Amino acid sequence: MQTPDEARTRVASFEIFLTRFLDDDGRPLCRLPAAARRPQRLLHAYRLMARIRAFENKAVALQRTGQLGTYASGLGQEAVNAAIGLGLARDDVYLGNYRECGVPLARGVPMAQILQYWGGDERGMAWPRTVPAFHDFPFAVPVASQVPQALGVAYAMQLRHEKRATLVTCGDGASSKGDFAEAVSAAGVWKLPVVFVIINNQWAISLPRSRQCAAVTLAQKGLAGGIVGEQVDGNDLIATCHVIETALARARSGAGPQLVEALTYRLADHTTADDARRYRDAAEVDTARKHDPLARLHAWLEAQCGFTAQDETRLQAEVAAEVGVAVKTFLATPAPPPEALFDALYAELPPALHAQAFAAAGGGEA
Amino acid sequence: MARRKAAEVTLVEAINLALHHEMARDENVVVLGEDVGANGGVFRATVGLQEKFGPGRVIDTPLAELLISAMAIGMATQGLKPVAEIQFSGFMYSCLDQLANHAARLRHRTHGRITCPMVIRAPNGGGIHAPEHHSESVEAFFAHVPGLRVVVPSTPARAYGLLLAAIRDPDPVVFLEPARCYRLFREAVADDGIAAPLDTCFVEREGTDLTLISWGGMMHEVRIAADQLAADGVDAEVIDVATLKPLDTQTLVASVAKTGRCVIVEESPRAGGWASEIAAELAEHAMMNLFAPIARVSGYDTIMPLARTEARFIPDVGRILSAVRKTLEIAPLG
Ligand SMILES: Cc1ncc(C[n+]2csc(CCOP(=O)(O)OP(=O)(O)O)c2C)c(N)n1
Ligand SMILES: [Mg+2]
Repeated sequence: MQTPDEARTRVASFEIFLTRFLDDDGRPLCRLPAAARRPQRLLHAYRLMARIRAFENKAVALQRTGQLGTYASGLGQEAVNAAIGLGLARDDVYLGNYRECGVPLARGVPMAQILQYWGGDERGMAWPRTVPAFHDFPFAVPVASQVPQALGVAYAMQLRHEKRATLVTCGDGASSKGDFAEAVSAAGVWKLPVVFVIINNQWAISLPRSRQCAAVTLAQKGLAGGIVGEQVDGNDLIATCHVIETALARARSGAGPQLVEALTYRLADHTTADDARRYRDAAEVDTARKHDPLARLHAWLEAQCGFTAQDETRLQAEVAAEVGVAVKTFLATPAPPPEALFDALYAELPPALHAQAFAAAGGGEA
Repeated sequence: MARRKAAEVTLVEAINLALHHEMARDENVVVLGEDVGANGGVFRATVGLQEKFGPGRVIDTPLAELLISAMAIGMATQGLKPVAEIQFSGFMYSCLDQLANHAARLRHRTHGRITCPMVIRAPNGGGIHAPEHHSESVEAFFAHVPGLRVVVPSTPARAYGLLLAAIRDPDPVVFLEPARCYRLFREAVADDGIAAPLDTCFVEREGTDLTLISWGGMMHEVRIAADQLAADGVDAEVIDVATLKPLDTQTLVASVAKTGRCVIVEESPRAGGWASEIAAELAEHAMMNLFAPIARVSGYDTIMPLARTEARFIPDVGRILSAVRKTLEIAPLG
């Protein structure tokens, strides 16, 4: 006779894979996919990452000098932002949170408008019709709330038999929320064209990844919803592009949703209102700097694509000029007029609000 | 539009009729919620829709209210016109984050780049001897949120017309249906596709002595009270608020300015209920015309009781009449 334990049968077992192509010094760990070997593409990606970094640094500097509101820097997360921005097709839709300014930058949103938003002006989210990001969502501030919305977007695409995909990002902290769980749990039921990307930067304000959830990976939360879950080294631009492009292509082809956990590190404080020295070791941050995504791609470009110190200097000058122009435009934009409070509140301002709008515009109490 | 013969229908049948009409008229309309497909919804509001329009447009969702509200938002941003059903309004609290933080403000925070034409509907209120949490009156939670519309029908015809209007409206609408009126009475409703006006209170009975203001399930008791008052020679004006947010203060003020006496009847707990907002508006704009203080008849500031005592919580005709009598004692009819 079998013991009760022996009588149990294995119903399912799972594996989680991590994709990584370059080591910290930019040396290849394997034969790279063909797309990754095209120098023009990689140079384009590197330029984008440099733009994002310059933007992040300038935004923090503006805040420190009283010219911008509280800002959540994405310093250190440029590779995953760039990979998403490059992977998304024009007709795809992106939803993400406050730290992922790099994605709208990659999708054509003027830097000045992103500054305008963080400078406290809603018009910073009124993106021009001409940019690929036009149908993308504004930054979500309530953590994880954007994740279930992505299912509705993807459902609309599927219902209309469109070959489009929805991509939604959230943080490691966000993956603890019910919003996230409800979304991942349901996405597989309809095989929706949606890609979830957890940007695991190891911290949610002061809470480290280890205190967020005891699961070995966050990627395995996809498995709980019956969808593919995998990890990628989110500081490896080439690997992250590969994994995200593959997931988006699957989604567009009707093969269903996927969850990607991109491993990265938040090099900055949580926001400009935070001081991370209160809760994390300087040594940890120093170690993380060794995995800097820009340095890694830069090393590869130098070794494989003939990228020179001169090229780097020229690139930095161009990027600084772009940021400089954006800052000028932003600082020259006047604050919204008082009646803007009532702008676009409803398609048409209901008569019930006319008196309030009149009062707000300086017409005196209703 | 071809004139259809008006059939005698219940309120829940009128909802069903409106959904059928609008799904046939506009292929962007989709219905989603728990058990709305083959089962036709726990109150049968969505009966027959899935058979007619298919599972792609009549969507049985997993059991996840936050997800339902969030999916409706995502769909709405893509040009669909989602009508989401929540089985009971007591389970809408987990939708509040999505509705207040996103549905209500997407248009404003993107300056019109992204909009959210969705309806979220649910049975609301008590009197159906249901289990705990199935009898809540939640309208004031939503009516407080700028950017939302809150609509509460009180008759089959108004349910039909207002639901059509809500679906066609370019902004998010919370549509709360009085559960105990679902099958309370029948009324002739022509399935003519004609929407009723939103943002407008309905003066459904004109009078000169006093104004009775209410909405949703309480309208039934208010109508009975008005009949009894008429028998006693008191001529009450009766107003169905219908759209709670934005509030048609003008109609309410005009009525109270005329009658000088006002009783507001609501089912929800008293403190911070929508009757308080209406009373404040009337105090600001009609004070000089008042002969007596504005009276509120509300549920109590208690937990909604279970079935055996719910009738003590929900205002009845007697409580309405005694509030009216008090008003008339202070300011007798001249
Ligand atoms: C629902 C909600 N709770 C709390 C906050 C405050 N808050 C802002 S960011 C944050 C941490 C989020 O961590 P994570 O999801 O890992 O994203 P990260 O900030 O690291 O990019 C918290 C608690 C919020 N914005 N929303
Ligand atoms: Mg984090």
